Amino acid sequence: MSTTRTIPRPVPMSLAILTLCGLVATASAQSMRDVENVAKERGLTTADLMAAAKTYLPSGQKDEYLMFASGGHAGQIFVVGLPSMRLLRSIAVFTPEPWQGWGYGVGNDILEAGFPKGKANLWGDTHHPALSETNGDYDGEFVFINDKINARVAVIDLRDWETKQIIKNPLTLSDHGGTFVTPNTEYVIEGGQYAVPWGSEYVPISEYKEKYKGSVTLWKFDRNRGRIDESRSFAIELPPYWQDLSDAGKLASDGYFFMNSLNTELATGGIQDKKPPFEAGASRNATDFLHIIDWRKAEQVYLAGKVEQIEGFPVITLETALEEGLLHVTPEPRSPHGVDVAPKGEFIVVSGKLDPHVTIYSMEKIKNAIASKYYSGTDEYGVPILDFDSVVESRIEVGLGPLHTQFGPDGYAYTSLYLDSAVARWTLGGSYGSLTPEPDWTLVHKTPVHYNVGHIAAAEGDTVSPDGKYLVSLNKWAVDRFVQTGPLLPQNLQLLDISEDGTTMPVLYDMAMGVGEPHYAQIIKADKLNSWATYPEVGWDPHVQNINPMAPKPKMERVERNDDGTVDIYMTAIRSHFNPEHIYLKQGDKVRWHITNIERAVDATHGFAVPVYNITASLEPGETVTIEFEADTPGTFPFYCSEFCSALHLEMMGYLMVEPN
Amino acid sequence: MTALIDRILGPRVSHEEASKHSLRFGTPGFLLLLARVLLLVSLFLPYWHMELQAPQYPDGLHMTAHLNALSGDVAEIDGLNHYIGMRSLYEAAAIERTVGVFIMIAFVVMLEFAAYIHTRWAALLVAPVVLFPVVFLVDLHLWMRHFGLNLDPNAPLSNAVKPFVPTALGKGGIGQFVTIATPGAGLILSAVASVVLVVSLYFHRRAYLPLVRRQRAGAAPSAA
Repeated sequence: MSTTRTIPRPVPMSLAILTLCGLVATASAQSMRDVENVAKERGLTTADLMAAAKTYLPSGQKDEYLMFASGGHAGQIFVVGLPSMRLLRSIAVFTPEPWQGWGYGVGNDILEAGFPKGKANLWGDTHHPALSETNGDYDGEFVFINDKINARVAVIDLRDWETKQIIKNPLTLSDHGGTFVTPNTEYVIEGGQYAVPWGSEYVPISEYKEKYKGSVTLWKFDRNRGRIDESRSFAIELPPYWQDLSDAGKLASDGYFFMNSLNTELATGGIQDKKPPFEAGASRNATDFLHIIDWRKAEQVYLAGKVEQIEGFPVITLETALEEGLLHVTPEPRSPHGVDVAPKGEFIVVSGKLDPHVTIYSMEKIKNAIASKYYSGTDEYGVPILDFDSVVESRIEVGLGPLHTQFGPDGYAYTSLYLDSAVARWTLGGSYGSLTPEPDWTLVHKTPVHYNVGHIAAAEGDTVSPDGKYLVSLNKWAVDRFVQTGPLLPQNLQLLDISEDGTTMPVLYDMAMGVGEPHYAQIIKADKLNSWATYPEVGWDPHVQNINPMAPKPKMERVERNDDGTVDIYMTAIRSHFNPEHIYLKQGDKVRWHITNIERAVDATHGFAVPVYNITASLEPGETVTIEFEADTPGTFPFYCSEFCSALHLEMMGYLMVEPN
Repeated sequence: MTALIDRILGPRVSHEEASKHSLRFGTPGFLLLLARVLLLVSLFLPYWHMELQAPQYPDGLHMTAHLNALSGDVAEIDGLNHYIGMRSLYEAAAIERTVGVFIMIAFVVMLEFAAYIHTRWAALLVAPVVLFPVVFLVDLHLWMRHFGLNLDPNAPLSNAVKPFVPTALGKGGIGQFVTIATPGAGLILSAVASVVLVVSLYFHRRAYLPLVRRQRAGAAPSAA
């Protein structure tokens, strides 16, 4: 605890009024009295005006942070600016999205690569985005996200904000402990969740204990190619506990990662047969198991070839993992959700939803316990259990339903309280203790949120250098916060100001998220991204992030009928015409329709939409795409630019005429 | 023939005399050298800028002409111009852009020669160089006029926009665009070079005219 640090006083209201006054005075003849009148009329308090002053962005001013939020069963990523809390973009990932032209002729091959068991699945359940990291800090180059429903992982390039790769996990059908990355994005890690037999083969649930498997997959990331390299990736078999949220160690805990689990009871449900349902069976024990995995050692074991090929994928079996000392567990409060590593890596914070405490483990103590084999026993799969008391640093009662923890730069940690509908601020101890005015390991304050908060996200709050300033409470229920929108309500994303010490931690803004259900989100300083305003050159193929030498170019537009009966159309798009405008095909022609948007102006995007054939593409300046289809339906089809590109946008069209046989 | 060349080159100045009146005989040569340097530097600088301002282009559109190249948002401006039926700017002054650098080098060589000529013939070599900035602007204006007055009658907006003459220097307008054309540093340097050259001719006359007169006066009897 610090005695020298002075607690900054809350910013006086007069300052806020002065700020507002200054803003309006320069703009017009309006006076502060007018502002007061409006506030009075609308019933706004000074706190409301302060919140407005802290979040309002006049036209043209830009947000300081970007929040990459999962979209839940919308299957997308949503990007929100902070502090304005404006939705800036969605990024189509597992779900086709017509505005971005994703999955309607473009991106279909990427979506198909993720089809489970070869069946078309055109949605996803995105949970946990992971921004790429360098030395444990976001580097703004890539973002990864999992799909819980089919155990898939996607790679998005943040130069053009497009999904580049979707990988289907061959072993399992359910993932929740991911994605998260190792400190230099060596691996993108995907932890499973609901145990299934390998490859999700048919096995009666009576054989759960023997045949159902837990697993975690380490996908090797090739940063130069911007792709996961499946040939250098591997998995580790785990007991069929339902592995849950996970986090990679960093600095003091570098080389390890941590995974919660929530069905160490091996419950198999069966409510229809009067057996305890999963909700009871899987929360019977007072504790579940925190998994502690040495991934650097696991990498060595994989490279040494000590793996079994299962479903064509290298797996370190549980037996090998135990022989090599890769896996330890230790008890944790039951039904846990978040396991979160403190900025310097020396503490691991676990919150169990049915225990009012956060439990803080010490990495030093964990390492000592592993080295001295200080076990309280083994589980029924033979996994050594580290003695709970010898690895715990502290336990703090924070409230009901603790779920997920984030960190500030100043020795504070923040934990969401699902049942209390609040965000708790508490102090870390150890080397962080002197940063806060309050005693170590103490609950400082709880700010009510509305309602049922799941994850929280603080600015760079899970990195080695958290920024503080802002925290977003991703609330599951909105109940009475917005105008009634029918029986399906939006999520409520609430912005909290965490820039001041102590008990000052007000809610600044409610953002209705009416297009999906974000679970986790990460908030990155906007200036860390190097996004392209247009594709670097005309004829750019986003799939390979390079120029496509075959891309249609001005004066080279043509329709080529090949000897094998296929047809190549080379088309350019520029305000306000496609060239060519007349396309004659014969019924049954197999068509490759290549289009380049030859524009160089920022925002000069063209759409390309063909009726009946279910085609829509978004062509950003410079982009070239190829759309393949069979002209199986004869007729006359006016195609057009679906993006209002120019004053003569309506005239930007052409006719596709498919002659019947 | 040699006599003709000698007559054009005019009287030579002895070393002795040159060092005695170094300022008088050095000044015209120095000014000619300065003009050559200015012109050579101008080759690397833009001769002309045009900025187009419109609401949807908050940073404006910019076009820059060097003696041998057009650069900036030319493709975008061409794209917009196609609505009014204006030809691509890349087709304008193509010959000028091809030979511009060689003409400039020829100018430098002419000035090099001019420095050796001590008669009024030097002015003949200097004059085209002096006039160059004016010729550049007139040529630019004629191209703009040619492009602006010869719009494709089948263009999308040909009913809305009548033929016009874009301004070569200063402020103009077309549609929602305000155009601002300004001289570039290269053009300014070549204009400064013109002034320097005019001044150099004055000093040239002051230095060499007496010599020429003296030579004529002295040479006449000897020729007889």
